[in-house]
Amino acid sequence: MRVAAALRDAAITGLVAAGLFLPLVALRTDVSPSGALFIRTRWSDAAILIALAVVGRFALVLWLGRKIPVASTESAWWEEPLRRAGKFFTPVLLLVAVALPWLPGTGRYELDLGILVLTYVMLGWGLNIVVGLAGLLDLGYVAFYAVGAYSYALLAQYFGLSFWLCLPLAGILAAFWGVLLGFPVLRLRGDYLAIVTLAFGEIIRVVLINWASFTGGPNGIGGIPRPSFFGLPFSMGGEAGSFAHTFGLEPSPLHRVVFLYYLILGLALLTNWVSIRLRRQPLGRAWEALREDETACRALGINITTTKLTAFALGAMFAGVAGSFFATRQGFISPESFTFIESAIILAIVVLGGMGSQIGIALAALIMIGGFEVFRGLEEWRMLVFGIAMVVIMVLRPRGLVSSRTPTVALGERRAISGALVGEGRG
Amino acid sequence: MILELETVSAGYGAVQALTDVSLHVAEGEIVTLIGANGAGKSTLLMTICGDPRARAGRITFDGQDITALPTHAIMRGGIAQSPEGRRVFPRMTVLDNLIMGAEVAGHDPGRDLERVYTLFPRLKERAAQRGGTLSGGEQQMLAIGRALMARPRLLLLDEPSLGLAPLIARQIFSAIRELNAREGLSVLLVEQNANQALRLAHRGYVLVTGRITLEGPGRALLDRPEIRDAYLGTGA
Repeated sequence: MRVAAALRDAAITGLVAAGLFLPLVALRTDVSPSGALFIRTRWSDAAILIALAVVGRFALVLWLGRKIPVASTESAWWEEPLRRAGKFFTPVLLLVAVALPWLPGTGRYELDLGILVLTYVMLGWGLNIVVGLAGLLDLGYVAFYAVGAYSYALLAQYFGLSFWLCLPLAGILAAFWGVLLGFPVLRLRGDYLAIVTLAFGEIIRVVLINWASFTGGPNGIGGIPRPSFFGLPFSMGGEAGSFAHTFGLEPSPLHRVVFLYYLILGLALLTNWVSIRLRRQPLGRAWEALREDETACRALGINITTTKLTAFALGAMFAGVAGSFFATRQGFISPESFTFIESAIILAIVVLGGMGSQIGIALAALIMIGGFEVFRGLEEWRMLVFGIAMVVIMVLRPRGLVSSRTPTVALGERRAISGALVGEGRG
Repeated sequence: MILELETVSAGYGAVQALTDVSLHVAEGEIVTLIGANGAGKSTLLMTICGDPRARAGRITFDGQDITALPTHAIMRGGIAQSPEGRRVFPRMTVLDNLIMGAEVAGHDPGRDLERVYTLFPRLKERAAQRGGTLSGGEQQMLAIGRALMARPRLLLLDEPSLGLAPLIARQIFSAIRELNAREGLSVLLVEQNANQALRLAHRGYVLVTGRITLEGPGRALLDRPEIRDAYLGTGA
């Protein structure tokens, strides 16, 4: 009985695998030495892959008896201990983040990775304002990141403005672009909003590529000034007026990395602080109400226009600040850094973290970006591993890693409420 | 006259939903609007709120012309609505929902919370619960409570008894009567439940395909044979 079911299942799997692998693997176009295009066939490779899928499925069904993994929106086993440890968990995570440069075993590589993760944590928290709180699905968030990066690079290149002046300017400019995107999409919801924001992200990138005389086009902008320690440059020479000389330290390239690390940690925490504060303010509550029901918001006299535009502007502002940090850290930017995949990664961080959960987003960024690094050895298989991990998480935990949330306002004791009891976010 | 509509027409796109509607609500009055499905009852309430906007005619609230005001300005000026289908915020707590109602009015919600909790003690018990986990009747109480938080002078109620058990519907209607009797709150009530609504109301209007066809004191309308036939199902 079970063998029959397993055979039937394996046959279906074989058909699906054949449908996938025959065109993808068996037939491959190659360029011949003469320069002509020809089709190279790899029947044996495809046959091996199909056989693997069939045998694998057969074994799996025999073993598990066609047990289908059940999606759970209940609190996961790790959430209850996490919540109990929550009082300590967040401070401990924060403490580790603050102490990271001084921990034994932390070198340049770990710090660089830390900077990268924190950049995505900041972007995730910024996008969370738009997607998690206001419920506006934005697929072009990377555009604002690009605006911030190019603002600093261009202002420094053409006007010689310093990083510390450009940081707020980049935020303001990105916020301005956020409002600009906000206006045409005020009346859109859900899928339509997603399409327009996606297009907006591409428009910004394509303009950056094609306006070569101003932005350097596909070659990007190099030689972007590195940040100074509030005016004291990090130079290797140790001359008077440099950071190392002023504080009586041995000049080291690590100084700048540690400084950059604390800078992005500070910026990320600022984003977090602003989000948490705003959630308790009328504006934050209006965003959440807007996510829940736009018509009801209208009936309550909430100005939908300003509520949406502030969400877009504020989310964009944090992306802009992160962008200008990115530019000064890299010293070189080009449109290649601002492709759609970046928007997708940031959105994945927000969704994986459990929309609206601050700590969940930080964890998701750590897992996603850190995971990218851990699997670097797998090279091109990395994306495959990653895709599988995403699918598994979404099947088992459709509401994100941390799916329970405490109410923003509560009488007396705050009770966490499982994701199962609350509706799914609608774009 | 707290609310006055003069020959108001409105609609969506090519569809004309209201034609030359004139009605008024006096200070401290409960006025009910009855009509069949699709007669334009909800559109009428929404038009008062400026969404959709009146295509012709004039709407005045407390002597001030509000026809051209944006929705949020109208809702801040002393009109509150409990919309059709309740539309509570499902993922926000009951308390959050209520606070949302007071937010636009810009006053401290403390005193208004007490007032709503006195009217609907159930909401106080459920304050920390998510709006979406309440029963239908509780959600209706929450929708009305949320509207009251803005301290309106005119309350617009869109089918508060929809989908509720008769006992719960009676509770809701008695709460409306209490609000009106004790605080003198003016109410414009849209209902399909013509029997209870007309008993509650001082005056009533009948809306048929976007036009007012009848008006008069609530009890008098109840006795008219054409009303009994069309809306009460007690005729021949």
